[in-house]
Amino acid sequence: MKSLEELKEIRERMQKQLGPRNESDAKIRVVVGMATCGIASGARPVLLALSDAVQKKGLTDVMVTQTGCIGLCQYEPIVEVLEAGKDKVTYVKMTPEKALEVVDRHLMRGQVVSEYTINQYIK
Amino acid sequence: MYRSHVLVCGGTGCTSSGSAQILAALNEEIKKQGLDKEVAVVQTGCHGLCALGPIMLIYPEGTFYSMVHVEDVPEIVSEHLLKGRIVKRLLYTETVTDQGLKSLNETEFYKKQHRIALRNCGIINPENIEEYIGTGGYEALGKALTTMKPEEIIQTLIDSGLRGRGGGGFPTGLKWKFAAANKADQKYVCCNADEGDPGAFMDRSVLEGDPHVVLEAMAIAGYAIGASQGFIYVRAEYPIAVKRLTIAIGQAREYGLLGKNIFNTDFSFDIELRLGAGAFVCGEETALMTSIEGNRGEPRPRPPFPAKEGLFKKPTILNNVETYANIPRIILNGAAWFASMGTEKSKGTKVFALGGKINNTGLVEIPMGTTLREIVEEIGGGIPKGKKFKAAQTGGPSGGCIPAEHLDIPIDYDNLISIGSMMGSGGLIVMDEDNCMVDIAKFFLQFTVDESCGKCTPCRVGTKRLYEILDKITKGNGTLEDIDKLEELCHYIKDNSLCGLGQTAPNPVLSTLRYFKDEYIAHVVDKRCPAGVCKALLTYVIDADKCKGCTLCARTCPNGAIEGKVREPHMINPDKCIKCGACMEKCRFGAISKK
Repeated sequence: MKSLEELKEIRERMQKQLGPRNESDAKIRVVVGMATCGIASGARPVLLALSDAVQKKGLTDVMVTQTGCIGLCQYEPIVEVLEAGKDKVTYVKMTPEKALEVVDRHLMRGQVVSEYTINQYIK
Repeated sequence: MYRSHVLVCGGTGCTSSGSAQILAALNEEIKKQGLDKEVAVVQTGCHGLCALGPIMLIYPEGTFYSMVHVEDVPEIVSEHLLKGRIVKRLLYTETVTDQGLKSLNETEFYKKQHRIALRNCGIINPENIEEYIGTGGYEALGKALTTMKPEEIIQTLIDSGLRGRGGGGFPTGLKWKFAAANKADQKYVCCNADEGDPGAFMDRSVLEGDPHVVLEAMAIAGYAIGASQGFIYVRAEYPIAVKRLTIAIGQAREYGLLGKNIFNTDFSFDIELRLGAGAFVCGEETALMTSIEGNRGEPRPRPPFPAKEGLFKKPTILNNVETYANIPRIILNGAAWFASMGTEKSKGTKVFALGGKINNTGLVEIPMGTTLREIVEEIGGGIPKGKKFKAAQTGGPSGGCIPAEHLDIPIDYDNLISIGSMMGSGGLIVMDEDNCMVDIAKFFLQFTVDESCGKCTPCRVGTKRLYEILDKITKGNGTLEDIDKLEELCHYIKDNSLCGLGQTAPNPVLSTLRYFKDEYIAHVVDKRCPAGVCKALLTYVIDADKCKGCTLCARTCPNGAIEGKVREPHMINPDKCIKCGACMEKCRFGAISKK
């Protein structure tokens, strides 16, 4: 490496990778149900897709983690988005593709993707 | 991209309690459960809470597991890493509250800390230069080389108020200014990593947890004073630090951050390691340089000071590890930022190694001006078994003790000197009512007697005589005259020794005499050790009223010193008693006491 630009390039790449080690400024928590029911219906690819996308887009205020069984096993994989001062949003029957849409629309632009929420299923 | 990062402490403390095995087991288990593409396992430096090691931190949640064993690993992987269920029994109890888990930064231990020198310790992988760069590493060097003149760097350091963290407290910027002003064909930048105080491990932790920060700061120093070569003098007893420094130097050269024409400028700089054999005197600057030159590590008189005639008779600056660890941040954030922390004459933070009679043994970094009470009672978690604080020793064998009456004094260089102690490199040993102050003074004198290099007579012979008088007092053979003689000899050694080792060696005696003279007098006049430590002055006795005659003590005594019949009060034969205390520990009725 010879230039400041190269240093900057490494820094920006690594900053994203080190992102998960910074807990203090996470304002939004994205929680994926990863109990046996969740895993069996495919929660792991969803979790990975969410985590990857959040890091790649550099969303430092979002933390992606797992949780246990939420109690609605028939609707797994379930993803909840928790934000202080706002109602909890519960997405059900998720897939990696749907998850990316949630990142794009909900986490980045703040619009709830209502067609995937639990309200569409329980009426 | 990894969705979760598991940080395992790889500092010396956690390594000795088995963190390397945990790391291996973790890697294996993660692979076995097919998570190796999702979960990153990182070996980091010290987190500071050494008493709770081995320590493991899991992100993004920031879960803090303490005292982890190899057997816990499969459960952590299958429960936490796969299913997201926290393994509650391994949590650091301070983070568990009724409202759920609280962040580590809100615990008593971390709340009052402010980490500058330790900012990357326990967070990055010290063996990976890119992680250091990811936290803003080598940016200060880039800024210095491309946008600042050497004089500006030196002025920034002077304005920041940074003082040497090795103990002396000399303003770092001034040191650099002197060396920069001396013209020579070759100059040197040295790093003193010969940390030798008993109970001090700040520098080791920085080298183990964030080695690149020292390399970066040394390169900045090289540019500021016009040097092209640096040396790190580190003791061979720090194998992990040596290994990580070697890796770091190799990576920095590979990335062009050490070597020729750094950042396409005319500036070239390289660093070599020199391993010391562990002599305490080699932490003294002139002895250290003599040792780097390949000679026997002995000090020489100053002047000439190293800034004029140092290593190989060339202008040299020598700074301590922790001093260097502050510099890149000062260059990046500016002098005013650094000067906004601390007290009037001591800016920034100081790292302390907490040890002795304290619950949270470990490493803390606090703003200057924090009181000793805050360190001991809040950050340190108080004294075990509810015992009473008696004194804290700062500055190791060169420092002195701070008694309870000074607990509320804000800690900085000048305040500590005014109460007869000193900052030292940052060892802080807490003592409770069970510590005998004469015995403590004797312990430190034993150390300086062993470590005196022998070059000058006041230190070589004087410390030995001091030790002998202290030994005489602890054995109950001292006289009041001895105490006067002790004090006189202390001042003589201080005034006449060649280097810092001898000049400060009497400090533990002088400060204990100053604050705990009554203990000395008790040893001499009453032939009694108030703390019950000095064996020669102790007698163990059995209270006949409390003794039930169970014979347990008699069976426990290794020397057959206890006599008595079943169901009758027993007696200790003082001629046979070796004062080991085994009987007192075993007695179920509290009938045995020491006087």
